[in-house]
Order: sequence, then C-alpha cells, then structure tokens
Amino acid sequence: MSDLSLSKTVEAALPRQFDFDRALNTFGAWTLAILWALPLLYAIWTAFHPAAYEANFELFAPLTLENFTKAWSAAPFAQYFLNTTMLVTIILMAQFVLCTLAAYAFARFDFPGSNILFTLVLLQLLVMPDILIVENYKMIRNLGLIDTIVAIGLPYMASGFGIFLLRQTFKTIPRELDEAARVEGAGPLLVLWKVYVPLAIPTYLAYGLVSVSHHWNNFLWPLIITNSVETRPVTVGLSIFAAVDGGVEWSVINAATLMTSGPLLIAFLLFQRQFVQSFMRAGIK
Amino acid sequence: MTRRMQWIYAWLLLTPAMVMLFAFTHFPAITTIINSFFSTPRGRRPAKFVGLRNYEELMADPIFWKVLVNNLWYAMATIPASIGISLLMAIWVNDKLKGRSLVRMSFFAPTVLPLIAVANIWLFFYTPGFGLIDQIRMGVFGLPENSWLGQQDTVLICMMVVTIWKEAGFFMIFYLAALQAIPPSYKEAADIEGASRWTFFWKITWPLLMPTTLFVSINAVINSFRLVDHIFTMTGGGPDNASSLLLFYIYEVAFKYWQTSYAATLTVVMLALLSIIAIGQFFFMDRRVHYR
Repeated sequence: MSDLSLSKTVEAALPRQFDFDRALNTFGAWTLAILWALPLLYAIWTAFHPAAYEANFELFAPLTLENFTKAWSAAPFAQYFLNTTMLVTIILMAQFVLCTLAAYAFARFDFPGSNILFTLVLLQLLVMPDILIVENYKMIRNLGLIDTIVAIGLPYMASGFGIFLLRQTFKTIPRELDEAARVEGAGPLLVLWKVYVPLAIPTYLAYGLVSVSHHWNNFLWPLIITNSVETRPVTVGLSIFAAVDGGVEWSVINAATLMTSGPLLIAFLLFQRQFVQSFMRAGIK
Repeated sequence: MTRRMQWIYAWLLLTPAMVMLFAFTHFPAITTIINSFFSTPRGRRPAKFVGLRNYEELMADPIFWKVLVNNLWYAMATIPASIGISLLMAIWVNDKLKGRSLVRMSFFAPTVLPLIAVANIWLFFYTPGFGLIDQIRMGVFGLPENSWLGQQDTVLICMMVVTIWKEAGFFMIFYLAALQAIPPSYKEAADIEGASRWTFFWKITWPLLMPTTLFVSINAVINSFRLVDHIFTMTGGGPDNASSLLLFYIYEVAFKYWQTSYAATLTVVMLALLSIIAIGQFFFMDRRVHYR
C-alpha cells in the first residue's frame, strides 16, 4: 500500500507522466502520417523501379526512369498538360475579374436587392455546378461549345465562394482610403483598381491556390464535356490511359499518376507554408 | 455620387457574375425541376408532359433505392470519421511535435493530389492476392486472398476509406486555423486550475471549435454527394451497384443511357437532400455554436 503511494509521489514529482503522454502523441501522429503518406510513397517507389519490383520491396532494387518514358509515349500527356494549364489559367483569370467586380458591388454599394442577390450567390456554395451536370451539358450544347476548353471552365467562372471571400476582404478595408481617392476625383473602377485590389493581394493568392488545385483535380465535368485529345485535361487523360485493362503495367500507371499530380505536388512542396496558410485564410474569412 | 448612380453602378458591376451564375446554377436548377415532369425527348419525338411518372419510376427503381442507401451510409461513415480524424490531426500538428512540418505535409498532401490519379494507387492496394493489403494479410497473418472491390459487403467500405484519406487533411487546415485563434491564456488558466488535458478539451477547446465544426461539416455533407471520382476508376459503381453513389448513378443514367429526364428526377432528389441536410444542420448546430 505504502509502496504504491510512494511510487505515485515519485511519478508526480518527476515529469515522467507528461513525457509518456507526449511520446504516445508523437507515436500516434507519426503512425497516422505514415499511413497517410503510404499511397504516395508507394507510387514513388513503383514509378522509379522496374515492373518486377512493383509489389516486391527490396531496398537495393535498381532504379529506372523507364516507366516515365513509357507512360509519356503511350499517351499525349504533353497535350493534356497544355490543356489543363490553359484551363486553370482561363478559369482563374475569369474568376478574378468576375468575383472582384461583384464583391466590390456587395461590399461598398447600397442598392435595392443586394440581400436577395447575395443569397443567390451563397446558394452556389450548396448547389455546385458539379451536381447539375445534365442541364449544364444541355446549356453548353445549345451554346455550341461542346468539346472546348472554355466550356470546361464556364460553369465555375462566377464562383460564389470567390465573391464571398473577396467581399469579406473588401469590407475590412477602411472607407477613409476609399473616400480619399474619391476626393482626388477617381471613379469607382479606378478606386477598385488602385485601392481595393492591391490591399486584397493575400486573398487573391489564397483564392488562386485553392482554385488552381481544385480545377487541376476536377474530373467529372471535364469528362462529360470533352471528347478529343485537343481539349482533354490531365485527369481525364489519365483515367482513359489507366482504364486499358491489363495492357498497362502498374509501374507505368503509377509513373503517369505521378506525372499528372507532379506539378501540383512540386508546387506544394515548394510553397508548403503558403499553401497551408492560404487554405487557412480562405477558411477563416 | 447620387443614389441613383450608385444603384446603376452596383448593378453594372454585378451583371457579368450574375449572368454566369444564373446561366450555370440557378437556371439549370430550375430547368432540372421542370424537366423531371417531362419525358426524355428522343429523335423527332419532343419532350412531353408526363406529370409524376418519372417520380413513380423512381419509387419503383430498385437501383435508385440501393444507390440512395449506399450514399446515406457513405455520408454517415465518412462525415464523422473525416471530421474526427481531421481534428485529431490538427491537435497533433498544433502541438510541439518532432518533425511537425513533415507530419503536416503528409496529412495535407492528399488534398492537393487529384483523386482520379491517386485512385489508381488505391486500386492497386485493394488488388486481390497481389495488392499491398493482401500481401500483408497473406504474408504476415497467413490469411487467404480477398477480393476487396469484388464483394458487395466490402466495396463501399473501401471507397469510404479513400474518401476519408482524401478529406481529413483538408478539414485539418480549418481546425488548425481555429486552434491557433484560441488565446494561449486559456490554457495557462486551465493549467493553474489543474484541469486535465481531457477536461480542457471538452470544456474549452471543443465549444470554441463549434463554428469550425459547422463549416467543416457542411463541406463534408456537400462532398459526400459530390465526390465520385474514385468510383470511376476503382469500381465503376459495381459489383451490382454496391459502390454506386447518387451522382455516379445520375451520370450513368444521363450519359450512358441518355435518359435525361430520369437523370433530372434523380438530381431533384439530390437537391432536396442537400437542402434538407444543410438547413437541418444549420438550425441544429446553430443552437450549440458559440460565436466568439
């Protein structure tokens, strides 16, 4: 009895209990981190080793780049990358312009109907264009834009999230700055360009990263709207490439997978801090 | 600037965005509802008003019910799991931890990767006999090989795992932001009072995280109906629709069988579900949310 209480006192006196807790947490965090990284680590392993090692993990297995050259020559990935790059650029530019104008109107103008219109904007957060694929397909067909890169981007250009985010940012900008510029004789658009846009650059960066990664990864809508090599983005290209049953080796598919996600992954590794912070900033506001 | 000028300016600024928003969100949402009461136009036969016939067909469609039940299970499993794991992740990487940035990177990486791309890797994990999971099962535990994606009772669970893996890191970011906004003086006060970590979490951290949980859970609900990319590469909805979800079924009905009216009817169900859940969630959660 006394032994037990003694050991308890000793334990309380030493910071041992705390250390155990910390060790357990560190262990848990690392286990989960390894589990979470496993698919990617596996893809990297297979992509850089000959097919014979795709499920056979030997430390000193020979390294090779052959899988990448095979994948690259088996499908027009260069064209796919070009398409995706054009796609995300078009979407981002259009989103910046459309959302900036709308957000400015909501943040700094009093006009009848502003509440109703803003509710209609927020509604898009719930009813995303991804869900309305049938009607949006008909719309694009009526516009005669099936199988064009612009058509992949059109439903996403007026982004409810973008308008909301920029409106919140614009609202934090002191009105005095605005009025000072007005006194100097600047019109509303000039004020927007000279005062609001420069002060909202961090928000543009955050929103840009979110938007680019979202549209780089988007699959369902581009799958529906494209049917030729000239317009297909990398995600759709990869799915067609990987769907060939039995014909393609896992190691080659994994090489293609890495190539497809490569640009984003490299950007993520380089700008990890900004990436995470931008998502955080995008989340708080 | 006069009042009238302000109005005109504001409306002009809004026009481009509103036109696009109406064209690709509001107008299609309304036509979806209208088309669900018409037949699918075929060739020279135009669409004709059929009343509730599409809905009757829906009620009698066993695949619809199966897909709906799948989607509800999928939502009920992935939403709490990804939120719980993301909170745990956020608490871990918010703490002092060895190799914290590496851990954080590993949690967040799935968010940046295209789901359609990593689905290929998961597909390999689940391959019977040859895949990573079976290799461990057979090699370490001596169990027989198992067709994870070929069986009705395991395939949906496999899809859920992929979804949780994809989403948890994304939600972690929002929790991390919220955790960093909690003043450190709260923790100091709790330490002086001698409150345990557990008490501190339930009494202080968790209530303060409520607005974030609301935000994250609305996102999770929308995603549980929207995320179907992995179904395309991994199962194609099979076997026997066991892994098909509502949006995937809509895609199949509309673009494989070209029954666009029936697809519209299915979309109406989806829109109804989303609004009910979102409204319910908002009112239910709102009472518990403590806004700072």
